[in-house]
Amino acid sequence: MVERRDDYHQCYEGKIRIPSGCAVAGFINKTGERVNGGTVAEMMALMHERSNGLGAGYAAYGIYPEYRRAYAFHLILADHRTREEVEAILARNFRITEEHEIPVRRTGRYKKAPLLWRYFCDPLRLDRDGALDELLLATTMRINRLAPRASVMSCGQDLGVFKGVGYPEEIAEFYRIDQYRGYSWIGHGRFPTNTPGWWGGAHPFSLGEIAVVHNGELSSYGTNKSVLENFGYEMSLRTDTEVMAYAIHYLRRQNMSWPLVAKVLAPPHWAELERMAEPERELAAALRRIYGGLLMNGPFSIIVAFHGGLMALNDRLKLRSLVAGTSGTDLYLASEEAAIRQVCPRAEEVWPLPGGEALICCAEEESACHVA
Amino acid sequence: MIRTTVGGRAMKVIESKGVHYRELNREIRRLVAAGEDRLLLRGVNGQRYIGAGLRGTARLEIEGTAGNNLGAMMNGLSIYVHGNVQDGAGNTMSGGEIVVRGSAGDITGYAMRGGKILIQGNAGWRVGIHMKSREDQQAVLLIGGKAGDFLGEYMAGGTIVVLGLDIPLQQEREGANPLIGNYLASGMHGGTIYIRGRIPAWQIRGQVQSELTTPEESPQLRSWIEHFAAGLNLDCSALSREIFTYLTPQGARPYAHLYDHSA
Repeated sequence: MVERRDDYHQCYEGKIRIPSGCAVAGFINKTGERVNGGTVAEMMALMHERSNGLGAGYAAYGIYPEYRRAYAFHLILADHRTREEVEAILARNFRITEEHEIPVRRTGRYKKAPLLWRYFCDPLRLDRDGALDELLLATTMRINRLAPRASVMSCGQDLGVFKGVGYPEEIAEFYRIDQYRGYSWIGHGRFPTNTPGWWGGAHPFSLGEIAVVHNGELSSYGTNKSVLENFGYEMSLRTDTEVMAYAIHYLRRQNMSWPLVAKVLAPPHWAELERMAEPERELAAALRRIYGGLLMNGPFSIIVAFHGGLMALNDRLKLRSLVAGTSGTDLYLASEEAAIRQVCPRAEEVWPLPGGEALICCAEEESACHVA
Repeated sequence: MIRTTVGGRAMKVIESKGVHYRELNREIRRLVAAGEDRLLLRGVNGQRYIGAGLRGTARLEIEGTAGNNLGAMMNGLSIYVHGNVQDGAGNTMSGGEIVVRGSAGDITGYAMRGGKILIQGNAGWRVGIHMKSREDQQAVLLIGGKAGDFLGEYMAGGTIVVLGLDIPLQQEREGANPLIGNYLASGMHGGTIYIRGRIPAWQIRGQVQSELTTPEESPQLRSWIEHFAAGLNLDCSALSREIFTYLTPQGARPYAHLYDHSA
């Protein structure tokens, strides 16, 4: 494994540069009805040209109804020795109720794919409110310190991330995405510009209850990173989107609503603030004063999956495309309109998302059953 | 390959559903080179670069959603889309016409230097960015609905018209004009923009001057509206007495002092 680590070390941020963009897609059924991953994979496949084969992935909510209360740790591991190390870290704070290799098709370019393991866990002891979020955070950071030998794909309840190096259609086939049924899905095809294409660096990035896919690049990475490091987040995955996932995780830990999270990530410009009426102006100004370090600068379009919903957001200047479409109780999101038309030819409404305005969609029934 | 008759004229049909953009564009180029003057592309969904770099007088009709960079760098074709177009339609085109029955995405008309684009619906962000003109030719972008932020950014020449058909305008002072976003005409240094209704100063960026006119008063504006109505077979006669804001750059070098200490 030593050679492999050296390979990764050769391509740190700034030492590799490949031009161009990415693709994102999302789907949610508002009644909580579950669909298989074939739909989002087909959306991604239509946008093939937006990726370059250096990373792709999917996340879904609602895929483990029989383990709904368990924390599903999805891991990328170099080998079985690393798995034992990771298991020891997990066992400090979690009781592992079930574990197995994630079923994959190890054919073609994936004959030498890393070990992909899934643990269903229950927390051992929780003595106060919010302790669980801290536990998931600390455990994930501890495991990610082993990167690139080990990294956590996801660790939420009823949530799973499946990602790796390849085109979106290859990764869908590899993980047999069509075998999973979820009420919300997000997908990503990577075209890395500044950072290496490696398994842990593929999207979605996930921590706790959130998973995020991102098209763009965050020029505020350094600022965001230094803020998040004060709160126990460690950037070990060598790509900008990691800060986006952690910033959202941090803001949600402050019990912030999704519309406010969006206002921190993509706040109105100061000139717009001056034209706002009270009390909106005071709220927007306070968010900028307190959370200015989590403002995401640079071009981005993101789709965030969370328990019971999706949030889509463009940067304030709308430097990336993101289109939404609806059909009945289904909501589709994609970098290109054609991806929506491909799986939903009779979409009732299709519209581009404006810059800095979040689209938040919740599945009423599914969120209700999670609260219960 | 089938031939069909539309409006009494023979038309070659290309079934485009599921066809990769490279293959589709190869076929279009082959047929245009062979002298076909009317092509119908059925079942288009997201294929890029349709008509890109082509010259001549052929007419392409597209059914479906045309992909990014439709008609990029083309010179002379006429493209008619029964549907929407994605980002970058008419990117750097030199001549010809693109008519869109639906809406258009971001950076429509990016750096176009000639020809016309007519959009019945809305247009996205940064539309008409760096449009140009030259002595005998000017780029024209006519939008039936509304447009997003940064319309006419770095505009160097040509004409943009936003009509906002069927969109009511509130006349409240300093209220936003709903047909455009913010940062209108940022860095504009050539050309002309006409927007229906009044525009508060805060929605406009850059060194531009704005005046009011109506299609009745301005023969130039009237002729563009008539061209739009004819190209899309619409009745725009109700617009003739509507107020339009007319934007032009201030002087020949509006940014000459941009980097002066006093600025």
